[in-house]
Amino acid sequence: MPEALRVFIADDEAPARERLRELLADLAAELPTQVVGEAQNGVEAVERLPATRAQVLLLDIEMPGMRGLEVARHLSGLETAPAVIFVTAHDRYAVEAFELNALDYLMKPVRAARLAAALTKACAAGPPAREQLAKAAAQAREYLSVAERNRIHLVPVRDVVYLRAELKYVTLRTRAGEHLIEESLVALEREFAAAFVRVHRNCLVARSAVRGFERSAEGGDEPHWNVVLDGVPERLPVSRRQWAEVRVLAKEA
Amino acid sequence: MSIKQNFTADAVPDFRNLGVVARTLIGVNALAFAAALAAVPDWGAALERFVLVAARLEPALALTLAVLYALAPALGRLRYWQGGAAVVALALALSALLHVASAAPGEAATGLLRTLALAAIAALLLLAYLRLLTRAYSPALAEARLQALQSRIRPHFLFNSLNAVLSLIRRDPRRAERALEDLADLFRVLMQDNRKFVPLDDEIALLERYVNLEQLRLGERLSVVWELADAPRDALMPPMVLQPLLENAIYHGVEPATDAGRVVVHIARRGARVLARIDNPHIPEQANRAGNRMALDNVRERLQLFFDAEARIETRVAHGRYVVEMEMPYRSAHA
Repeated sequence: MPEALRVFIADDEAPARERLRELLADLAAELPTQVVGEAQNGVEAVERLPATRAQVLLLDIEMPGMRGLEVARHLSGLETAPAVIFVTAHDRYAVEAFELNALDYLMKPVRAARLAAALTKACAAGPPAREQLAKAAAQAREYLSVAERNRIHLVPVRDVVYLRAELKYVTLRTRAGEHLIEESLVALEREFAAAFVRVHRNCLVARSAVRGFERSAEGGDEPHWNVVLDGVPERLPVSRRQWAEVRVLAKEA
Repeated sequence: MSIKQNFTADAVPDFRNLGVVARTLIGVNALAFAAALAAVPDWGAALERFVLVAARLEPALALTLAVLYALAPALGRLRYWQGGAAVVALALALSALLHVASAAPGEAATGLLRTLALAAIAALLLLAYLRLLTRAYSPALAEARLQALQSRIRPHFLFNSLNAVLSLIRRDPRRAERALEDLADLFRVLMQDNRKFVPLDDEIALLERYVNLEQLRLGERLSVVWELADAPRDALMPPMVLQPLLENAIYHGVEPATDAGRVVVHIARRGARVLARIDNPHIPEQANRAGNRMALDNVRERLQLFFDAEARIETRVAHGRYVVEMEMPYRSAHA
């Protein structure tokens, strides 16, 4: 007998999770599965799933806290990321609004036969490509994530003070500490244009964290402006190119 | 013709509509004949005179109608007064053109001013007549609009509810039965003719059935507080005006929250008016959730069609709660 497929269920409605469990039990003869975990909101799913080593995630699209698509994006950073089957009670039209039409999804109420087909297909296809998920997402994420070995650390975007590109990584700075994330600064700038502003070729700062600017000419450098940020001691240089755009924040600060 | 165009009462008549064209033709000719009849004493002379007039009138009329036919879509997009001015200007320009063109060579076009005056009078009278006709039919428009506005439950609610019932069938068949009965009642009201008033009592029963179903899905995440002690249960109101507001409260105030949310339904009589207030936790990030204002606009428009200025509906955010307040005249079912 083949080893049971490890399935994780994320849905905010208890009856919906129950229903999926029932269907999986019905399918057990042809497709043995084991429900290794459940979550009732997006954040919970991201926090719990990694430890369960789930192979497939049945993921409701609209959940409180964090939407399904964002859940999938964070999980795609895992070394052993699960395959994802999106589930929704919304009709085709609404699904288009979720920018999900490029991905596979099941509609509620889910039929056993469709679920079986989706499971088989998802296992063959493996986890969704990161780029595809990013492309499907119409909205900026609410969290940035740092994938560790068996864990995903979530950092709320509103806690981020600045993002600075290093050689291969981007340093994410909050008031509490620093993390390294594997994303491109250009893509981050595009996604979070509303909340962040570029002050330098290698640096984005949170608009809301800008306290002010001060003149600096240390170490024989050319004199330039530094941005003073809320909650962190370091001063970040503002490039001459970005100064025109950034200086307006000085008035708002 | 699109439905939307049908509803824009505030535009000039559609000159591609056969009725409008026929009325214009008959109307203008009737005007000409009446003028001829008034000018000369006997029928015979009047007829002769009309034939003479018609020789000059018909080409101008036909040309004007042809141009209006061609321009109809563009005219339909203008405001009424703009469209009306355009129609009059067209009639004037084309009459003038034909007047000058038909004048014998070398001879000055005499009587141009008279032609223009007649064209303007004919155009204005016709526009006024067609305007009156539209006005007379507007109750039908309102009726049609009411039907189009018939309140609609969000489809995702239906499918989520069905899904919840499916999950109950094996575990708790009795509860599944009750849920299906609630669903049936809800959809019976949804699909019936929603233009007849119902007593508040019925509407409250409907709200309770609706909440039962939501409770099934959301469990402890949803708590509803009913403040109905002073509710005038005999008050007549349009059906399904409260349910969309309650649905909104749950959709925007409870479903998107990870914590439990409380919705308060308060209905009371205040003198000659019925007051209904529904409030839910305000979740600011909800602005981008689908169909944000649609249900509210729908209810507002239905209230306006039923009560005109006698009803009002307002929303506000106060103390972290989103409040919808609705007021309408109190009319007893027993009166």
